[in-house]
Amino acid sequence: MLPELGHFALILALCLCLLLGTFPLYGAANGNARFMGLARPLVAGIFVFIGLAYVLLTYSFAIDDFSVTYIQQHSNSLLPFRYKLTAVWGGHEGSFLLWTFMLAGWMLAVAIFSRSMPLEFVARVLGVLGLLSVGYLLFMLATSNPFDRIVPLPPADGADLNSALQDFGFIVHPPTLYMGYVGFSVVFAFAMAALLSGRLDAAWARWCRPWANVAWAILTIGIALGSWWAYYELGWGGWWAWDPVENPPLITWLFGTALIHSLAVTEKRGIFKSWTVMLAILAFAGSLLGTFITRSGLLTSVHAFATDPERGVFILAILTLSVGGALLLFALRAPLLRGRFGFGILSREMLLLVNNLILVVSAASVFLGTLFPMVYQALTDDLISIGPPYFNAIFVPLMALLALVLGVGPISRWKKTSGRYLSTQLLWVGVISLGLGVVLPLAITLEFGLGATITIALALWILLSAVRDIKNKVANKKTLSAGLASLPLSYYGMQIAHLGVAIMVVGAALTSVYSTEKSVLLSPGERMSLGGYAFEFVGAKPITGPNFRGMEATLNVYRGDEFLRELHPERRLYLASGTPSTEMAIDAGFWRDLFVTLGEEKGAASWSMTIYVKPFVRWVWLGAIFMCLGGVVAAGDKRYRRALEKHADKKQSVDVPSAGSAEVVPR
Amino acid sequence: MKPHRRKKLGIIIFITLGLSAAVGLTLYALKQNINMFFTPTQVAEGEVPDGQHFRIGGMVKDGSIAREEDSLSVNFVTTDFVSEVPIHYVGILPDLFREGQGIVAEGRVDSSGVFQASKVLAKHDENYMSPEVKAALDAAGTGAQGVMPSEGYKPSY
Repeated sequence: MLPELGHFALILALCLCLLLGTFPLYGAANGNARFMGLARPLVAGIFVFIGLAYVLLTYSFAIDDFSVTYIQQHSNSLLPFRYKLTAVWGGHEGSFLLWTFMLAGWMLAVAIFSRSMPLEFVARVLGVLGLLSVGYLLFMLATSNPFDRIVPLPPADGADLNSALQDFGFIVHPPTLYMGYVGFSVVFAFAMAALLSGRLDAAWARWCRPWANVAWAILTIGIALGSWWAYYELGWGGWWAWDPVENPPLITWLFGTALIHSLAVTEKRGIFKSWTVMLAILAFAGSLLGTFITRSGLLTSVHAFATDPERGVFILAILTLSVGGALLLFALRAPLLRGRFGFGILSREMLLLVNNLILVVSAASVFLGTLFPMVYQALTDDLISIGPPYFNAIFVPLMALLALVLGVGPISRWKKTSGRYLSTQLLWVGVISLGLGVVLPLAITLEFGLGATITIALALWILLSAVRDIKNKVANKKTLSAGLASLPLSYYGMQIAHLGVAIMVVGAALTSVYSTEKSVLLSPGERMSLGGYAFEFVGAKPITGPNFRGMEATLNVYRGDEFLRELHPERRLYLASGTPSTEMAIDAGFWRDLFVTLGEEKGAASWSMTIYVKPFVRWVWLGAIFMCLGGVVAAGDKRYRRALEKHADKKQSVDVPSAGSAEVVPR
Repeated sequence: MKPHRRKKLGIIIFITLGLSAAVGLTLYALKQNINMFFTPTQVAEGEVPDGQHFRIGGMVKDGSIAREEDSLSVNFVTTDFVSEVPIHYVGILPDLFREGQGIVAEGRVDSSGVFQASKVLAKHDENYMSPEVKAALDAAGTGAQGVMPSEGYKPSY
């Protein structure tokens, strides 16, 4: 009964979305305030019904209702309770319900936190999101209903959740990633609303920026969580594999990063308008592409869901309709969005343009490498794959270039910056960075490495130029603390995120330079040494868990002669599905990770295993945390709230109901 | 030409040049890093140029896995049920590597006709057959044998 109720709630939500996608948009086009006013209540209703469906599915998981096909396929009576609750997103149907629920959540947030935007604009944003929800819900009800039952004879037990997913990472990564992904739908809707009304000004950019920042911050942390999870769960010793399903979030993220920078220019200088809108469309398209790739089964990947052509075609239709429609609207309206073209060759605008170019080119090259095998196969029938070397060859130099520009950007001035000003500001920063870049790795490892030198120099370049910039900003104030207090939150957000870039650059590059690994066969009592550590294999013993059996090995780790700690890598066999899985043992540290994966038993109690020493690997995720924090801090800037209040005042006094498309942006 | 027009033109040229360079370099890098995929039958028929690095996909033949007791060396045979190719690998095999399981290996064929794998991949879910392996079996006309469940829908999230 309850699953049917969930199904029914989805149908009701679809009906409400149809209303939301029509009346408020119609009202906004014709100045009908009553129709526009429907948007917020409708959103509340949609949130309640999709939420109800979501809760009912979760509840059915919790009570082991294996008569529901989806639950039978993704749960088991022995599955630990926390995974029963989260197995909801363990497969295609349920994760799409989560996706739709997230969108409803974002819509509700827009409905609540938009009190001071004009009603017409809110109606358009929510209307566009309503149309999008119509597509998602139709897709779910037509091709992937999570509430389908097994009739007539329900099975006694379920097939269990994929053992690779039974992990903390599975609890946090998919929801965060989805939330970030779906957040870009909101930014997309803001862009569409701007195109529909023809109004794209500094006020619009101010409304849009906090949402873009928050979506970007959540996506950043979502990707980082995925990377961290893959690192400790998949056990191949890396944190990024250029997997075809890892790439679309990255593409979205790169477009999103370009977008938040371009939005800054649109807000401050009233230019880059159509470019900003284009980036919003691209970031959104990237998020849909991610769904398409995971759910159509077109690409080989550890993430790949069902190979079901019908679903693929449906998502492709949603993608074509929404992105195609957006591009059409863009083509019709973009000429209205002309901005003044007034900035020098050396100016902050120009540097941000370069930033955008680098990010867009990186996104395009990742896109190309991800989809090329698919296109190639369609054209020639030959199967090919594009390996990490391609992506590294393109991505690493581009990011180095970006880091270089990043050091100059914040310190440069709008409109025009003289080369002399920049060189007085940055000469010593450059010299010190380069000097320390050469000296530090040499002093610590006694070896010169070009990669390490460039990395450290670039990271210091970002860090020191930020310090220099802050010093400039507080120079006129009486005390340091007064100066620091006078800086706006958005400025701090930017610097924190940029610091995150520096940290991540160090993590990503130095890990690949200094990591070592070795696969060995050890019998009890035997030792091996790697990267300054000694690993002694003590032995292995059988273990039993709630839904698995396995073997657990014990290793003593020594640093020099000093005992450091024990490590316990495991091999498990999940009983319901018969799937084997390895559990890494990791000694995590700020400076380095020690990491052991267990292979198999051979001969007399000896085991094969791979041991890794990975310096700086934590810095990759630490950098992502800083970036996320920066995005959130920047979104909390008073300016965005104040701008809204100011607008509200203005609205009370002068605003007359506008007829919509008539507002043309000053040229 | 007005100065701001000239500036605009300059920027457009700058963007065009930058983009062309990026596209050129990208395509070059792409060309350098393509791994072709071959089936055991294609390898047996000599379709692979000598010394080329490629991917091979098929099933692990029943009873073909031979592990050395005192090292990490493994020998096994991959098959598409028409032709067979022996594979040698040193290292730890993935969790789901076993007889009758579809795998993809990356490496080269050496002078004695043994595929020296630098990487062996098996999928993370046993109900899921890699499209590459499936293509190999289909090409050999044996895909319908039901070796793997045909409803391979299970995700890894």
